[in-house]
Amino acid sequence: MSATIKWFWYASPQTFLPLAGTMARACWAGAALLALAGLYVGFFVAPTDAQQGEAYRIIFIHVPAAWMSMFLYLVMAGWAALGLAFHTRLSSMMASALAPTGALFTFIALWTGALWGRPTWGTYWVWDARLTSELILLFLYLGFMALQAAIDDPRRADRAGALLAIVGAVNVPIIYYSVQWWNTLHQGASVSLAKAPSMAAAMFAGMILMALAFWCYSIAAALTRVRCIILERR
Amino acid sequence: MIAAVCCILRRDLLLSLRRRSDVATALLFFVIVASLFPLGIGAEPNLLRSIAPGVIWVAALLSSMLSLGRLFAADHADGTLEQMLLGAAPLGVVAAAKVLAHWLVSGLPLVVIAPLIALQYDLPAPLFGVLALSLLLGTPVLSLVGAIGAALTLGVRGGGVLLSLLVLPLYVPVLIFGAGSVDMAAAGLTPQGQLELLAALLLVSAALAPWAIGAALRISTE
Repeated sequence: MSATIKWFWYASPQTFLPLAGTMARACWAGAALLALAGLYVGFFVAPTDAQQGEAYRIIFIHVPAAWMSMFLYLVMAGWAALGLAFHTRLSSMMASALAPTGALFTFIALWTGALWGRPTWGTYWVWDARLTSELILLFLYLGFMALQAAIDDPRRADRAGALLAIVGAVNVPIIYYSVQWWNTLHQGASVSLAKAPSMAAAMFAGMILMALAFWCYSIAAALTRVRCIILERR
Repeated sequence: MIAAVCCILRRDLLLSLRRRSDVATALLFFVIVASLFPLGIGAEPNLLRSIAPGVIWVAALLSSMLSLGRLFAADHADGTLEQMLLGAAPLGVVAAAKVLAHWLVSGLPLVVIAPLIALQYDLPAPLFGVLALSLLLGTPVLSLVGAIGAALTLGVRGGGVLLSLLVLPLYVPVLIFGAGSVDMAAAGLTPQGQLELLAALLLVSAALAPWAIGAALRISTE
């Protein structure tokens, strides 16, 4: 009996609470260190861009935030689906804990994008495919949070939110491609997994460091928030 | 199963027939919203002609969203919905039948009346067919996707505003392809691609949405 893996050991909020505390502390520290390193590389090591000058340095916040905003929605929908399938309370709590962080990153991506667009495109906002789908993603996050906030019974709020998150996750690719078809003016992706990045190694390193920092921040923030939710519902 | 569908269809259509004013209100809303735009931005015929597809589609979106509140609310209030959940017919089929009945009284009239609005906007007559066809393919998607939101917000405080927040972002692809097809036809190109994409959206949502609506109804009534 002792040899079997206890898959659901940490699925209980009670046993997860201390683990979340330890992990959150480690992730907060990791996020701070990585962000310091990333910002140092971004501001002092990475060379000035030939076309965009110093303004391009907002990329170190903008691109990782945009990555996280989309990735966190999928993670949130994944936790939500797990919560619906197994009736594990903790999974649903994780989904609601991730939503504000995801919305924050979506907002940061839009905000820094506007600040970046002003010097490079000459305008804060263009109705471009990626900007528009990011805006719609923000609406999806806000809808999820508003639905959970409007329902008083936490069990029903969890399950209703989970269903909405799954419906949203199915829709995200459709929205993305429809908006892209609708209008494309944005520059092509500069980083892809398939081919070598078309930028200086130091720029790439700074961006990866910042992306890892945002990962750590997201985990830390979600775990801290889920601890609050657990304590609140006890 | 067929019997259940026919029964629900007949019942819901009969109910809407008895309360004709509800149906008329949503339709009137569509007409009024579309009539407000020229008053707001001026009656320049070229401008109106170019914004007509978008305005008509947005008005259709808002109007079909407004009528979503009625979809399950009355049945939920008098307990009919719980009987349907307990009944032998699969919940997905029940949901699909209710959505179909709802579309027949709220979506189909939009399709019929849209060419009239298009006339007001001085849209060329050959485009009327494309506009009506795009609405015919698109409005059922709006009803299907919107019904998920309506089921989730059943009995929730502030349901109406919340419903719009949940549902409108999901309507974006339908709006893009619907208005896009008319724009394409207006530019002298074939709208076939957009209409086919709309048809694809309709097929996908007809296959998947009833199950999601059923799950949402179970969540909301337990």
